[in-house]
Amino acid sequence: MNHSFLQDALIYLAAAIVFVPIAKRLGMGSVLGYLIGGIMVGPFGLGFVGGEGKEIMHFAEFGVVMMLFLIGLELEPVHFWRLRHQILGTGSLQMILTTLIFLAVFLAVGLKWQAALAMGLALSMSSTAIVLQTLREKGLAQTESGKSSFSVLLFQDISVIPILALLPLLSLHVVEAPAGATAAFFETLPGWAQTLALLFDVALIVLGGRFLLVPFLRFIARVHLREMFTASALFIVMATAYIVSLVGLSPALGTFLAGVVLANSEYRHELESDIEPFKGILLGLFFISVGAAINFNLMIDRPLLIVALVAGVVLLKALVLFVTGRFIRLSFDQNLLFSLGLSQVGEFAFVLFAFIYQLRILSGEWTDMMMGVTALSMTLTPILLLVNERLIAPRFGTRRVEEKEADAVNVRHPVIIAGFGDFGSVVGRFLKANGIECTVLDNDSDRVDLLRKMGFKVFYGDATRLDILKAAGAEEAGILVAAIGSPDLNSDLIAKARKYFPHLTIMGRAEGRLEAYDLIDRDIRNIYRESLDTSVRLGIDVLVKLGFRRYSATRAGQNFIRYDEEALWKLAPHRHDEDTYIYNAREQIHLQEQLLTADRDVNPAVNDHAWDSELSTDEFREAEAKDDTRA
Amino acid sequence: MNRILILFAHPRFEKSRVNRALLEQVGTMPEVTLHDLYEEYPDFNIHVKREQEILSMHDIIVWQHPFYMYGAPALLKQWTDLVLEYGWAHGEGGEFLKDKLVFNCLTTGGSRAVYAADGACRFSLGEFLLPFQQSACLCRMIYLPPFAVQGTYLLTQDDLAHHAEDYRNLLNLLVKGEFDMDDMRCFPLLNDWLHRKREARQL
Repeated sequence: MNHSFLQDALIYLAAAIVFVPIAKRLGMGSVLGYLIGGIMVGPFGLGFVGGEGKEIMHFAEFGVVMMLFLIGLELEPVHFWRLRHQILGTGSLQMILTTLIFLAVFLAVGLKWQAALAMGLALSMSSTAIVLQTLREKGLAQTESGKSSFSVLLFQDISVIPILALLPLLSLHVVEAPAGATAAFFETLPGWAQTLALLFDVALIVLGGRFLLVPFLRFIARVHLREMFTASALFIVMATAYIVSLVGLSPALGTFLAGVVLANSEYRHELESDIEPFKGILLGLFFISVGAAINFNLMIDRPLLIVALVAGVVLLKALVLFVTGRFIRLSFDQNLLFSLGLSQVGEFAFVLFAFIYQLRILSGEWTDMMMGVTALSMTLTPILLLVNERLIAPRFGTRRVEEKEADAVNVRHPVIIAGFGDFGSVVGRFLKANGIECTVLDNDSDRVDLLRKMGFKVFYGDATRLDILKAAGAEEAGILVAAIGSPDLNSDLIAKARKYFPHLTIMGRAEGRLEAYDLIDRDIRNIYRESLDTSVRLGIDVLVKLGFRRYSATRAGQNFIRYDEEALWKLAPHRHDEDTYIYNAREQIHLQEQLLTADRDVNPAVNDHAWDSELSTDEFREAEAKDDTRA
Repeated sequence: MNRILILFAHPRFEKSRVNRALLEQVGTMPEVTLHDLYEEYPDFNIHVKREQEILSMHDIIVWQHPFYMYGAPALLKQWTDLVLEYGWAHGEGGEFLKDKLVFNCLTTGGSRAVYAADGACRFSLGEFLLPFQQSACLCRMIYLPPFAVQGTYLLTQDDLAHHAEDYRNLLNLLVKGEFDMDDMRCFPLLNDWLHRKREARQL
């Protein structure tokens, strides 16, 4: 193996390992981590990598190709169809408005309409990686703004494909082949013929996928070798990319289509999990190479221009998003989150700008500048969201505390419920039905508004923040019900509550066994697994439907819960030691099996012989026989 | 030193004046274990093994409960059905309760006078409690007459204090072993035995 390859690989991987965790720690997300890593090792940082950055970028573009394959796989037609109004409506509105506005702006600046349009399209992209991760981390994925953001992002991801396909039509020159593709007769065709060829290719992939790939995967799956499947998955992606680039098409387009075709097949999930790690690392490499390729000379030469561009782009995007949000009737708070959250220019813009540059639609200078703007706008997102959370939303949006509460006598409730989703709301309603008033903490502003109308005392905000917990009366309350949907946030909340409000009795919701172990590690005694009671209740009903007497089935269910909880506590100390855990788990399963079999038996002789007269029958018979002989 | 286990069964303890007064006096005695069954098993799913272990650790068992429809609340019946099982409490090898003392401590709304052949209830308390007596016998335990607080609706605060004091004295005597079983069994109620003992001391 060649020495310089090893050295480069080492530098890139080291950059990823060092900067991504730091970026995540600072709440910036992994994409920014890769970019910063790239900047640091690039010619404007420490200079470990130089001119060859562009070559690596070509190589790493394959990560983008894989990402598109995965996006294709995600597009399960049924799911897409269910969300079609949201995705098409919201998504297209945002995209068209943003593109038109940027088109107008850049025309006014004096660019050619082709360049202005291409830039408008690229700038209308937002960052799927950053936004989805942020939403998940903040536990906002299920709110209205979260769902709308998802729709917009999905629409953008999909529209990359036609944009990549249509960009050559904007090109004024005969171009060199993009992204490592071999030059083909394709480029020599006029624009309209290229489009026709493209349509023909699409049909080829769709039919080939359906009638060749699925039977092929079925054959491979029957071999039962995991690595064969991984190899096939990679093979499919690469083969598709190769074939479409032979006719001069974008490999991204081809693999996306292959993904869509396979989304319907039964192998969708296997393909996803096989490609995922390759995609992750190649995409990481791609971002590092983008970071390394950013031309800082431009920024240093014209800092004001860059600052103005970044501010202008983010502001315009946010404005368009805000209008879109109004159009789909998001409440003010949700709309702020939606418009600020999506206001950055996304990672696809890097791909598009690179392609636009190759097609000579845009000059190198502009491309470099826009790449820089894109990267800077991404770094801005976490900061904007923080400003919104701390400064804008509390002042103009849903009040953290209801105003009229402030001057009323401050009634402190004994119970605080953090998280009022499906789980917490049942707890709250039950307590309220029994005359116990609760203080509710929630971070979905729509829900908060509704709850206030219904007479709940609600605090709006991130329950893991100390000041909000304090405002909600954590110092005076007796019980904290930690019922946040995201296990990470819930665990975070519990850790903070234990540390800063040690007097609180914490009743913790746990998603499953593993989350329950996590709570045990945090020294929580009252743990409620979401699935346990409900699943057992379902199981009891199944037994009844199968002909069991309802009381016997109910007892079996109650016993099962008891043994399961005992097993949970017994196994908790062992789970850090993998081997004993597995051993003990097996032992516990064996125990449960024994108990269940015993309970299920019509004559449960081993463990449950309540009301079972069969055991003493013999003795009675003997006694009666004695009486008879005596008589 | 005898150790006493009170198996307390009251589905509405929060509304019970008399049982609260009784337990306030004895619940804190170091030799007495108060086992609140409705608090332990709200789902009626009694943990048989655990109950048997608790029983093994005590010498004297008290079934303390209100008298509903001439019997104990449902959970205490559930308890006897489940815990006093064949092979442990009775039958072959069922010797784990042998020679332990057991009695009912109960509260009735009706006065003592109505629990008689010529009264409204037509039978005495002892007769109503026959299933408990025979269950104890089956388990080879020694069954003592009940301790009863009757006519609870008409009790004054002083009466209540007096009964609670009696109960405390009774358990104290039992803990110290200052009693004669045959003597006790001559009385229909343990209250009468205590009464006689007090009179004897005063004479």
